[in-house]
Amino acid sequence: MNYSASEEEAGLPDKIALERDVAARLKGFDNHRRNLIPILQDIQDHFLYLAPEAILMVAEHIGIGASEVYGVATFYNQFRFHPPGRHPIKVCLGTACHVRGGDIILENFERKLGISDGETTTDREFSIERVACVGCCALAPVAVVDENIQGHMAPSKVEGIVLGYKIERDRIDRERENEPGEPA
Amino acid sequence: MNPANRPEMTQRFEAIYNEAVARKKALNESSQPMIYIGMATCGLAAGALETRQSFEQTLLEEDLAAIIRPVGCIGHCYAEPVVIIDHPSSGFPPLFYQQVTPGKAKMLVKSFLAGGDPLFEHVLGAMKANDMVPQVTDFPRFSQEERIVMGKCGLIDPEDIYDYIAEGGYLSLIKALTLSQDEIIKEIKNSGLRGRGGAGFLTGRKWGLAKDAQGLKKFVICNADEGDPGAYMDRTILESNPHQVLEGMAICAYAVGATEAIAYVRSEYPIAVKRVVTAISQAEELGLFGEGAQGFFDIKFSVFKGSGAFVCGEETALIQSLEGNRGMPRHRPPYPVQKGLNGHPTVINNVKTLASVPAIINKGAQWYRDIGARQSPGTAIFSVVGSVVHPGLVEIPMGVTLETLIFDICGGIPNKKGFKAVQIGGPSGGCLPADFLATPIDFDSLSGAGAMMGSGGMVVMDEDTCMVNVARYFVDFTQKESCGKCTFCRIGTRHLLDILDRITKGEGREGDLEQLESLALAIKAGSLCGLGKTAPNPILTSLRYFRDEYEAHIMEKRCPAGMCRKLTAYYIDLDRCARGCDACVGSCPVEAIFTTKNRKKGIDQSLCVKCGECMAACPQQYDAVRKVSPPDKAPVIERPVEE
Ligand SMILES: Cc1cc2nc3c(=O)[nH]c(=O)nc-3n(C[C@H](O)[C@H](O)[C@H](O)COP(=O)(O)O)c2cc1C
Ligand code: FES
Repeated sequence: MNYSASEEEAGLPDKIALERDVAARLKGFDNHRRNLIPILQDIQDHFLYLAPEAILMVAEHIGIGASEVYGVATFYNQFRFHPPGRHPIKVCLGTACHVRGGDIILENFERKLGISDGETTTDREFSIERVACVGCCALAPVAVVDENIQGHMAPSKVEGIVLGYKIERDRIDRERENEPGEPA
Repeated sequence: MNPANRPEMTQRFEAIYNEAVARKKALNESSQPMIYIGMATCGLAAGALETRQSFEQTLLEEDLAAIIRPVGCIGHCYAEPVVIIDHPSSGFPPLFYQQVTPGKAKMLVKSFLAGGDPLFEHVLGAMKANDMVPQVTDFPRFSQEERIVMGKCGLIDPEDIYDYIAEGGYLSLIKALTLSQDEIIKEIKNSGLRGRGGAGFLTGRKWGLAKDAQGLKKFVICNADEGDPGAYMDRTILESNPHQVLEGMAICAYAVGATEAIAYVRSEYPIAVKRVVTAISQAEELGLFGEGAQGFFDIKFSVFKGSGAFVCGEETALIQSLEGNRGMPRHRPPYPVQKGLNGHPTVINNVKTLASVPAIINKGAQWYRDIGARQSPGTAIFSVVGSVVHPGLVEIPMGVTLETLIFDICGGIPNKKGFKAVQIGGPSGGCLPADFLATPIDFDSLSGAGAMMGSGGMVVMDEDTCMVNVARYFVDFTQKESCGKCTFCRIGTRHLLDILDRITKGEGREGDLEQLESLALAIKAGSLCGLGKTAPNPILTSLRYFRDEYEAHIMEKRCPAGMCRKLTAYYIDLDRCARGCDACVGSCPVEAIFTTKNRKKGIDQSLCVKCGECMAACPQQYDAVRKVSPPDKAPVIERPVEE
């Protein structure tokens, strides 16, 4: 997996805070096995992925091995084990999008960002995921960037979207640099 | 529940019903225009939120009053965002507008609401009979449909239970509660309703078995896992009219004696999940059901979010995941109706099956039987996508032919292309060629042709779609989704994929087709659940009907449809290319286009990724970009050496 930025830099919650938070969430569920998937969903909804510490705590809460929790979690497509980028990109490869060249769109995102599907860029800005039918086949091919659905995708649109974010980021960086009082 | 309470129950429901009707009447009588905006996922994707904001803002600017009602999806995906404006004081009937962009919304407020001019050029049709505007129901896209399940979708507010009740909602549940369990099951049996989850099992029989099963406790589960990557009707129904599904679940629960009902909805469907949760709490609040409801129906509803595994649509795998395990199917029997969730008898039905139930209880088995085909009564819902003019969700009586559905209702193939095939039933289904267009759509005729009702996903393909590539796509999907329990499914699909991979890359060998066939049959025979048993269907049907296409890939290294990228090449026809024109250069994502000595353009084949952007960018009057297969048919144009 493609992430080397240090954890503080990427703004991830530190371990202790994470453990405290997970513990608070676990209180909302009794320790019955049927709660396993809802618990994992709840944790992922909040932290955007399942950290190893969280998996250990869930295992202890339910009273099963961590390997068992991991086994269940990896079975389902929903669960992530690495933090996604700040701007997650989902490329639809459902049937309608496939027929209209969804794989070309995926390839263009991959090329543009230098990562493969399932990975996050080193600056944690973007991650790419392939998904199956987001339900607007009439707009195929479709990609979802952040939460916005982009229909009728084309390679040139990929370029535009990525460029748009880069420009936005540069602007924020510049503003930050110009802020008075901040030591250089 | 206590039978003695029934008269009181009817009375209490009457009060709720009267309240619903009064609310609706108040809305209708307020002289304000009503703006209905389709805000299900598909509408939102097409920009319904921006459209709504534009309406609100312009109303504010113009100082006009109107009631904006978010509704679900009416199924006309090609027309999204869809808006219906009911403006009685203008003298016009309610009008259906298509592709209402924020700009159009602004115009509509200014012209129609403020000025009384309904902007006919944007009107698709009227929603009621009148003598000014043609009615939408006169168009084939509407007239040939028959809506039982989706009848209220897109017309009512899915987050307002009173809207549903005012339209007759929950009357069937109240009626059912006055019948005996056996009477209901008999009615469902007589209606001939078959499960819409794919296999077409008789619902009445399933319920009867569940009722007779012994258990301390029984469950009803609504299967909304909808894993087919090209079908989205179950989601649309839950997003547009969740109460109808809940009503069906409640009737089922009463009929079989269940005390818990679970809606199993994919977590990828956040809006559907939210609306079902809201619907449950509204129904509980009114006391329609819920634990300890006095006089009504004692049942506990909950929602479980599926975590995205295609195989969890299979009923035994679904139960495994509810129990907190990996979703691996197990052997049947025992069937879930005997030993299901936590070992208790469990009825699992599809969304559409359950949503059909209220109408059957209300109008009777005979009414339902008279719709559709003899052995498959009722309606079928398809998500028709791909190369059609009017993609979207279509609900038709069973027995309508594929031709009527694709050409009359959905408008045929766009861009003057020819029809090639239709893929029905998603990863478990098959591809049918033009010879089968006369096939009536029902469970048995489709299976007979080698396809399958399956999920109701339908992808129409034109001459530019490669059948080998499509077969590869579906096998790639099932291969990834195989749970790994059965060797044939786990490893066999991998081999199928490897062979198809080679063929689509031009590395096919003699004997590949025979191997595909024998492997496919072995996987069908050697797999436990429907996933493995049906995974080879896309290959088997395309081999049967499009064998020549496979052969072209293998023998001539040629993709007749020009879709397999390893087997195609783009080149620029120098006789047509305009000197000095640069249109294609900027469109190329990999800078593969160079300028020749004559200031025309050439494509560097070693860099080209075959995305087709240059072809789209080339101005129509030149039309200079060509696509050929096999790739060596492209003339070699050397990049000039830079001085
Ligand atoms: C691999 C596989 C996937 C399935 N996916 C679904 C699904 O997404 N939705 C569904 O209702 N049924 C699905 N089914 C069928 C269910 O096992 C079950 O037959 C169905 O939910 C029963 O409901 P019905 O009687 O109303 O059709 C699937 C079956 C298999 C083998
Ligand atoms: S296949 Fe991509 S949105 Fe349906």
